[in-house]
Amino acid sequence: MSERRIRVLLAKPGLDGHDQGAKIVVRGLIDAGFEVIYTGLRQTPIAVANAALEEGVDVIGLSSMAGSHLPFCRKLRPLLDERGLGDKVCLIGGNIPATDHAELRALGFTGIFPTSSKIAAIVDFIKEEVQ
Amino acid sequence: MSERQTKPRRVVNESGIEIKTAYTAADVEATGGFDHIGEPGKFPFTRGIHAEMYRKRPWTMRQYAGFGNAADTNQRFKFLIANGQTGLNVAFDLPTQIGFDSDSPMAEGEVGRVGMAVDTLRDFEVAFDGIDLEQITVSLTVNGSAAILIAMYLVMAQKRGYDVARLRGTAQNDILKEFIGRGTWIFPVEPSMKLVGDTIEYCAQHAPKYSPVSVCGYHIRESGANPAQEMAYAFCIAKAYADETLKRGLHIDEFAGRLSFNFNIFGNIFEQVAKFRAARGLWAKIMKEEYGAQDPGSMWMRMIAAGGGGGLTKEQPENNIVRGAYYALISALSGTQTMALCSYDEAYTIPTEHSARISLRTMQLLIEEMGLTETVDPLGGSWYVETLTNQMRDKMVETMADIDRRGGIVSLVAQGLAQAAVSAQAYQMQKRIESGDFPKVGVNCYREEEEEAKVEFHPYDEDDAKAQVAALDTIRAERDGRKVQVALDRVEADARAGTNVMPALIEAVKAYASVGEITDRLVTVYGRYREPVVF
Repeated sequence: MSERRIRVLLAKPGLDGHDQGAKIVVRGLIDAGFEVIYTGLRQTPIAVANAALEEGVDVIGLSSMAGSHLPFCRKLRPLLDERGLGDKVCLIGGNIPATDHAELRALGFTGIFPTSSKIAAIVDFIKEEVQ
Repeated sequence: MSERQTKPRRVVNESGIEIKTAYTAADVEATGGFDHIGEPGKFPFTRGIHAEMYRKRPWTMRQYAGFGNAADTNQRFKFLIANGQTGLNVAFDLPTQIGFDSDSPMAEGEVGRVGMAVDTLRDFEVAFDGIDLEQITVSLTVNGSAAILIAMYLVMAQKRGYDVARLRGTAQNDILKEFIGRGTWIFPVEPSMKLVGDTIEYCAQHAPKYSPVSVCGYHIRESGANPAQEMAYAFCIAKAYADETLKRGLHIDEFAGRLSFNFNIFGNIFEQVAKFRAARGLWAKIMKEEYGAQDPGSMWMRMIAAGGGGGLTKEQPENNIVRGAYYALISALSGTQTMALCSYDEAYTIPTEHSARISLRTMQLLIEEMGLTETVDPLGGSWYVETLTNQMRDKMVETMADIDRRGGIVSLVAQGLAQAAVSAQAYQMQKRIESGDFPKVGVNCYREEEEEAKVEFHPYDEDDAKAQVAALDTIRAERDGRKVQVALDRVEADARAGTNVMPALIEAVKAYASVGEITDRLVTVYGRYREPVVF
């Protein structure tokens, strides 16, 4: 029996336009055998939550370089819960200072991959977390 | 000894040129000869656009700065000027760059975060208060909303008594590269091009010393292009803007002299220097031979050679101070007009006063202590550099021809194909760095087990954002609402009629219409860009 491929939503939250990292991760995850839905830039919390629901993804990933990740994730969390997506694996990468990690984890972003993380680390995390 | 030690390893630079162990005059001859070199200040300007270069005046030092509100930014500007900075480069927050007011729901959490928030003319009046706009030239790093902010800058200067016909300054206003990297687009590609044409045409007629566009290879390089491609993309884009402006009946010499460029300086020293020398000759040739420019000023590749962010690392951030010094050296050896450096902490945060001053001192050291201003094009005549200059030119010409063959830059951008090509290369580079094939000190060699570096974070003040919204409320209450509506109606009408919208933007800005209000009217006519996602 062939296994269903892991589906990943990768989103660029807020107004930040630095998408080089996000696009590298998209390519890396596709090469690792995942199905990846990339939203493009300027996603609102509602747009991300709706896309995650409509696409039936296992993993929700955000890439943020411009510092507005905390206010974004605070808004996104209840929207995911309302849609019954509370148990989805959430990860975030980009310019994410260590001082913000504890709050992000508390918001359910258990995978945190700051700038200069390796693609393999993200792949391993997803494989481990998605059962 | 092993074979590895006796046989020289094969070396290929980022642009794909194989590098030899040693060069002679025969290599220069074999790659196109010495004819392209010429003399400084003379066509084809390979050695520099001026005969005396830095003897006459050192490069302008223009660190990128701006955060919070206009008052915070004004303070940082004055700090930089007091420390010897000779130009300003204004960073705007994302809502300003994308045409949202500070009270827009889209601006939540973003007001004043990565640059200063600008809603109305009042913010410009505060930001530049007490700064002599003739002594200090100002560069506005804005693209999607550039036409509005250029109008705002001209109005602010005029109100302060400056003659706009003599006013110098630059706006980035390079929207095509925003679609490829950086991402602060607003309108679809076609009306975006039209707006760039409007600014160039308007400035040619009313503010002829103002540089309305700074074409950026910089961000395309940051997004994954190699050094030769960086220049090729920039030149294709600059030609697209020139073509757009020529459609309005202007002669090339009426505006080409005010087109400027913004390029990146990280990477191999010799490859970068050759890149700039080759590009200068190539641009002069394009302007003279393809566009029939007569005025030497139209043929000059005037540039800011800057940044180097793509070369800096989060690991061992102090190493970035050293990298910055080498990047500044590259910039000086390349004959740049303006220089700016990314500060060592920029992989983490907005530079502090401390780190911004280190960047400034790095450039001042080159001017005062290292002899970089004494002789024009000091690497000229090196067999290696001249050979590489010839080869880099060939690579640029090849890439430009390829872009044209595939339908031209505007079409490639509109389809998302340019974006995909550049990001595919970024992915390849990432794999090379992860495998150790492309060495990066502190990242894939000479690593240390480290805690996250102790970097002083620039604080983000949410109260600043609230104050900005309150100030906007006050302006909305105080301004003449009827005048604003009339001005906004004219913006929309002119956009719909397809005439140059700059006069209408000037009137709207004067009436204290906000960036968001004006943008909304333009969106009504032009629509919003929808990003094609192509991998």
